[in-house]
Amino acid sequence: MAKNIKISRGVDIKLVGKAEQKLDAIDSATIAIKPTDFHGLIPKLEVKQGDEVKAGSPLFYDKNNNNIKFVSPVSGEVAEVVRGAKRRILEVRVLADKETKFETYDVSGVASLDGRGMAELLQKSGQWSFIKQRPFDVVANPNNKPKSIFVSAFDSSPLAPDYNYILKEKGAELQAGIDALAKLTDGAVNVVTRGDKGVFGNLKNCTIHSIAGPHPVGNVGVQIHHIDTLNKGETIWSVNPQDLAAIGSFLKTGKVQSKRVVALTGAEVKSPQYFEVTLGASTEKLVLGKVNEGARIISGNVLTGDKLENSGYLGYYHHQVTAIREDHEPAFMGWLAPGLDNLSLSRTFFSWLMPNKKYNLGTAIHGEERAFVMTGEYEQVFPFDIYPVQLLKSILVNDIEQMENLGIYEVAPEDFALCEFGCTSKINSQEIVRNGLDLIQKELS
Amino acid sequence: MKFIKNIFDSVRPNFEKGGKLEKYWPVLDGFETLMFVPGHATSKGSHIRDGIDLKRTMVTVILALLPCLLFGMYNTGYQHFVAVGQEATFMEMFLYGALKVLPIVIVSYGVGLGIEFLFCIKNGHSIQEGFLVSGMLIPLIMPVEVPLWMVAVATAFAVVFGKEVFGGTGMNILNPALTARAFLFFAYPTKMSGNSVWVSTDGIQTVDGFTGATALGNAVEQGMAGIPPYMDAIIGTIPGSIGETSVLACILGAILLIYSGIGSWRVMLSMLIGGYVMGMLFNAWGANSYMEIPAHHQLMLGGFFFGMVFMATDPVSASQTNTGKWIYGFFCGLLGIMIRVFNPAYPEGIMMAILFMNVMAPMIDHYVIQGNINKRLKRVKAVA
Repeated sequence: MAKNIKISRGVDIKLVGKAEQKLDAIDSATIAIKPTDFHGLIPKLEVKQGDEVKAGSPLFYDKNNNNIKFVSPVSGEVAEVVRGAKRRILEVRVLADKETKFETYDVSGVASLDGRGMAELLQKSGQWSFIKQRPFDVVANPNNKPKSIFVSAFDSSPLAPDYNYILKEKGAELQAGIDALAKLTDGAVNVVTRGDKGVFGNLKNCTIHSIAGPHPVGNVGVQIHHIDTLNKGETIWSVNPQDLAAIGSFLKTGKVQSKRVVALTGAEVKSPQYFEVTLGASTEKLVLGKVNEGARIISGNVLTGDKLENSGYLGYYHHQVTAIREDHEPAFMGWLAPGLDNLSLSRTFFSWLMPNKKYNLGTAIHGEERAFVMTGEYEQVFPFDIYPVQLLKSILVNDIEQMENLGIYEVAPEDFALCEFGCTSKINSQEIVRNGLDLIQKELS
Repeated sequence: MKFIKNIFDSVRPNFEKGGKLEKYWPVLDGFETLMFVPGHATSKGSHIRDGIDLKRTMVTVILALLPCLLFGMYNTGYQHFVAVGQEATFMEMFLYGALKVLPIVIVSYGVGLGIEFLFCIKNGHSIQEGFLVSGMLIPLIMPVEVPLWMVAVATAFAVVFGKEVFGGTGMNILNPALTARAFLFFAYPTKMSGNSVWVSTDGIQTVDGFTGATALGNAVEQGMAGIPPYMDAIIGTIPGSIGETSVLACILGAILLIYSGIGSWRVMLSMLIGGYVMGMLFNAWGANSYMEIPAHHQLMLGGFFFGMVFMATDPVSASQTNTGKWIYGFFCGLLGIMIRVFNPAYPEGIMMAILFMNVMAPMIDHYVIQGNINKRLKRVKAVA
């Protein structure tokens, strides 16, 4: 049943540098798939340096589930396998051909495939990697039967790309993707929209919900909590809409669709706009000349994204690149200054006088880590029926039973991003939540 | 600015690992971070952060306390000149009070921060800001005639046994400022109650009819006849602890705390309701003249407002859940008025009530959270 939900807790952080609706294409010479983007994955390589691969050929697979392949988005030569400490694989880099050669998969009988057949097809073609699961916020485990599947049709995070704009001509692909997801679950495929339903309004074979409110309303975790709450022992899957369209496109053509539209945003970008790039593309060309020197480049949004070094590669699940000011300047008597340029969820800075101001925030922490002192602060931006501070504390003392009791299965690190942003004591709650989930996953396996 | 920064830069090597003063790193760090919010950039998690930190929070509370402090200074002088029957201008009263109050403030901060520094040096921790507020609260809940050495002893007791033994800022169970007052109340009752400590007379002969008793002291004996008029109690020109007398000043502080989001309006509102309910119950009962004081008048006396705005709302020692805050605040108010009326030996029932509820707060939270847990477990059962 379609639901109409309104949440009130949360906050939309207004930043300078929203992407203008203008699209250009950028070709990158190299792309990289980073196993580190798939949390908890132990990759097993199928290629070595110098191998020729096609777009859609596997690069590596999941050690715990050999059928889940991770494929190359482009054709070309495996340029390098970058390893870190303990020979952990950090990046598999591929040097792209001028003309992309595709590995073709047989998709003639897709319509008649059952759930198992569909899952196998998606796994061997690398498309499975776009399906994530709750709890744990990792690539879905095909052995579980999800009670429902969620697609959040919008992103509410700061400066987020507008999927209605990006996908406005992808109705057919989205529909194909939805039809595939519907085979994978006995429950509903829930598409959650906010405001203008756009291209998502016409989708069939799914339940379209409306949700209203401030960020983190776009997080699937919040949507799941309010529409089909996750209990211990259950799983729910989710797919990003742009990835869903790619899955749909693959199912229609048999070729992997590796083009993604990303929003280049942030105060340090000269003219923020959308770019069509390849999955895992090098951000070198994307940034060169378009972003001010010395800025912090983030793959993803400012709350949950990953910091990229000079020429990093776009994160697998990221549809946004943000550039903001690096801020290392000590602030003289910062605790007393009026702070017109400081955004705060409290009203201790006079910036509350300007509710519609767009901020140019830097990377400063504005303080030092302290013990939990303030209370009720996280609850303001945490639209779950969960006690966030108590959950964090149970994680800090490794009390698994209490974590379960307090609802750790319902959350992912990204759901705590706003708590982390607004924390007076500067506690890194996303990291704590991730540690808790890791601990439980380890205990369960 | 640059100049101050240069000073820190030049002395820092002495305090760093291997330097002569390595042990005293927390001292330097404490001063440096007070002058400059450190320029640390985010390295993990959210790349942008809220502008607020604990220093800013504490400074906001101190700002909220300023009306109480300033009015307390004025009132100390006012009470003095009324008691000795002399005419004085506003400035004279204020200056007289300031000279009485400032030493207490200085002793409180000096002793408290000194001990905090010692603990931090010993543990190698950086200085936490909790005492910035406690150090201001302690003078404001002292009688003006309290000997300075007692302030020092009480502050030391509060910091060590109220806070540091539990692990410092954020870990304490009892409100440190109230711990200081309760310590003095039980250790030196003659200096914390009675008629001679609330008004500073400097040994000058007082005028006829002057008692020096607080409103609550009088209320015990005379009921309604003994308490000051409603408006005096709201404005605060009555004897009492230095900062607690003015309801108006407390309300100014409350507005800042609630508007800035630092103080919990839930605690304040529920405590007001709790106190009012108890007052009404006593009105209905009316067994003695004390009980007959109208509830709305009752609340304006003693430290009710000060306790409500600044003490009960301490986020560390209050309930931490929003539901818990309602219960906690309600009982702070209810018990405060109850203790005050039932036991004349404890005219300041609010202090007792808040300390008692500080102890109860973790239990309230436990049951509130258990409720949430049960809801979740029930959902699992319903599915299974």
